Amino acid sequence: MLFVNGKEVEYPGECTISQLLNRLGYRAERTAVERNGEIVPRKSLEHVAVVDGDHLEVVSFVGGG
Amino acid sequence: MDCDSSRTGAEKHTDRDGFMAALAQRHGWENQEKLSRSVVGIAGLGGLGSHIAVSLARLGIGRLVLADYDRVDMTNLHRQQYAFHQVGMEKPKALAEELRRINPFSVYETHFTSVTPENVETLFGRCQVVCEAFDQPEEKAMLTETVLTVLDGIPLVAASGMAGMDSGNKIRTERVMKNFYLCGDGVSDVSLSGSLTEPRVALCAAHQALMVLRLLLGNEEP
Repeated sequence: MLFVNGKEVEYPGECTISQLLNRLGYRAERTAVERNGEIVPRKSLEHVAVVDGDHLEVVSFVGGG
Repeated sequence: MDCDSSRTGAEKHTDRDGFMAALAQRHGWENQEKLSRSVVGIAGLGGLGSHIAVSLARLGIGRLVLADYDRVDMTNLHRQQYAFHQVGMEKPKALAEELRRINPFSVYETHFTSVTPENVETLFGRCQVVCEAFDQPEEKAMLTETVLTVLDGIPLVAASGMAGMDSGNKIRTERVMKNFYLCGDGVSDVSLSGSLTEPRVALCAAHQALMVLRLLLGNEEP
């Protein structure tokens, strides 16, 4: 099980954070992601694997300012 | 980089002392001393950034670092703190001009440049708090990731979701990560909710400025 923004999400098996974001409907380039309390650098999203039990905080920005 | 240093002599002292006393009377001496020593960065000087800057100038923040690559356009005047005669000016300079009319004693550091992952540390490395005030979601995400990794420990106050004319009561401030505060309703995208309007953008900017104030005075709760 994963915890995304406090909600339980079934662990999908081996995948990167970037792949998980796509599966959950996020556009990775519009997000800031924290994994287990640490911000994930953008260039790591496509390399770092999600581990069962991870707590992810995903902030997805919308336009306007 | 340009900085304001236009006033000199004894008159400056008298004026400054009077102005500081007036601010301290409203905010408290101890608080004002902290605010006057503070440096705050604002990335993007559109509807959010220009309103945040005016709030922070009125609070007497000692130094504001103002960065934007854009010039004032006629289509900005419906929601941004610029005047008709400033159309065509570089936004950082135009905004500093307005801020000096309000508070000539703070320092306004202007950077007419794009904010990129490469220059974030140079621009904002000496700030106590940084405000994200961009328009594009990709730029918002870029700045957030960069500030939280490169400027580790410096809080970022960002915004997402303030377009359209939905209820102002939906605009909130949340602490979404340790050093990351997010203001807005989270959903009102300018591409879906219609144009940005002055009151709703200003409301979101006021949330950001208030969070900056609270952080500078040691209160980390949104």
